[in-house]
Formats: sequence, C-alpha cells, structure tokens
Amino acid sequence: MNKISGNKDFLEFAYQLYHTMQANEINLVYEGVVTQEITRTFTALTEKNMVKNEESNQVQRKVFNVMVECLQNISKHADPMSDDEGEGRRGIVLVSHGEESYNVITGNVIKKEKKEFLEKTLQHINSLDKEGLSALYKQQIKEGKISEKGGAGLGFIDIAKKSGNKIDYQFKDLTPELSFFIIITTISRN
Amino acid sequence: MEVINIKGTEDTPSVTLDKEKGIFEIAGRSLPEDVSMFYEPILKWIDEYAQAPNPETVVTFKLEYFNTASSKVLLDVLLKFEEIMDNGNNVSVKWNYREDEDDMLEAGEEYADIVSIPFDYVIY
Repeated sequence: MNKISGNKDFLEFAYQLYHTMQANEINLVYEGVVTQEITRTFTALTEKNMVKNEESNQVQRKVFNVMVECLQNISKHADPMSDDEGEGRRGIVLVSHGEESYNVITGNVIKKEKKEFLEKTLQHINSLDKEGLSALYKQQIKEGKISEKGGAGLGFIDIAKKSGNKIDYQFKDLTPELSFFIIITTISRN
Repeated sequence: MEVINIKGTEDTPSVTLDKEKGIFEIAGRSLPEDVSMFYEPILKWIDEYAQAPNPETVVTFKLEYFNTASSKVLLDVLLKFEEIMDNGNNVSVKWNYREDEDDMLEAGEEYADIVSIPFDYVIY
C-alpha cells in the first residue's frame, strides 16, 4: 500500500474512506488499543444506532453480545507487533450493516504458533449445529477454568451460538513470526 | 448475617444477598473487566450462608446480558447453591428473561441442564 504523504493525499484518503464507508454502510471503524472503556463506548454507540434503526431487542442483544466477545478477545489475546509496543492490546474493529444483517469484523496480530489452535477451534465450532454448540458450551463451562487473562474458552462458541451463522476467519502473514487474524461474524436482522 | 447490596453499573450487575429478608438476586449486565474480583465477595458470602442457610432459598436471576467470563462464575454461584440443596434445604432458581429474548431463556435452560436445582422461567 502506498504511504500517504502530504495534505493532498490525506484529503483524498479521507474522501475515499468516506465513500467506502457510505457504500458499505460501515457504522464504526477503529484501529488501536482495545480496553474495557473502548468496549463500553463502542457497544453503547452501536446500541444507540440500533435503537435509532428500530432494531428488535433480540438483534440488538446479539450484536452487543458478539461485539463484547470479539473486543474482549482482542483485549485479552492480541499480541504486540513489536516488543516496544507496550502493554496495550491493539486491533481493528468494524461494524457494518446492510438490509439483511449486521457484520462485526475484528482483527489483531497473533503469534503464528497460535494459528493452528485457533484454526482447529474455529473449524470445530463451524462444523457444529445449534445443539452441538450448546453441548460444547455446557461441556466447556463445566470443565474450563477462568484463565489468568480472564477468559473461559467460551468466547468463540458463544459468538457462533448467538450469531447463528458460521464464523468467517482468515490469517494473513505479517512476518515470519506473526500473523494478522481476522474474524467476521454475521448477525441476521430477522 | 451481613447484607450484600451492590448497585448495578453499565458493566456490572446489581446484587442483593439478604438472608433475613430472603432475597438472593443478581440482575442487569455482567461484563466486568475483572470477573473474579467482582464475584469474589459474592462467592464468599454464599459460602458463609451455606453454613446456616434458610430452609428455603429462591435465587433470582434477572440478567439483561452477561459475557462468557461471567457465565463461568455464574455457574460457580449456582453450584454453591446446589450444594446447599444437597445438604437437605429447599433451593430453586427464578430465571427471568424478556419475552423476545430467546437467548436468555436458552442460557437459563443450559444452566438447568448442568445443575440439579429446579428452575422457574419468568417472562418480564
């Protein structure tokens, strides 16, 4: 990608960004550190938008739910790009909506050694139907312990359960050690 | 016995634990930053209550939303009440959910599958 240099490039970029966001009905874009504060703000913002759109309670709750789990995944599991990046865990967050569905898209850097585990977990979750997910959830909630990071290994299962759709995901190589991990969750509007 | 009365916030639930009045309720939203820290005094309270529980305990859940980290701790809460039941006391759960929110009903049903406490489902 070309690096932006000078005001003219920035103006063009801002204009293109505006168009892309309009055309794709993107309600929210963010790149940066994800904290509890950010999670609170983004979910509140998205909820407000959904109330304005007279979205059903069920859909509102599902989008809220998926956003919280995705954002907490970043705040707990994202790896730094380099050692001097500091403590904060960064990622990208996009929320878009169309006629039929809401999309929650998140991405963050991970160490490549995590890729296999993530892929296996997501493949397994995506292979299950509603009952299968419920059974896996119950098994995990009974057996899982809350990790040091505060997760219970239930995040992806819950995302799949609540969205009712398969979790779309991809890994993009960044360096020999790091990948960019993107997940897309779709919540149908009716 | 000491009364727990925690006011709810945007990301933590309101909690009332009152042995004398017979109120055991968790309501609202539960997505605290540190789940273990938030629920620690609650779990401790139940342990103490288990030493000399009321003959009948109705635990009320009226949750709007809880994240997966909270769901694990809520199971711990239920397991503690299950133990009180196993020791020969009457325990039941009143699980409240909004009519249009099947996910919350389902969450209650999943807990009911795991613990042996009888669940009542109430629409609010």
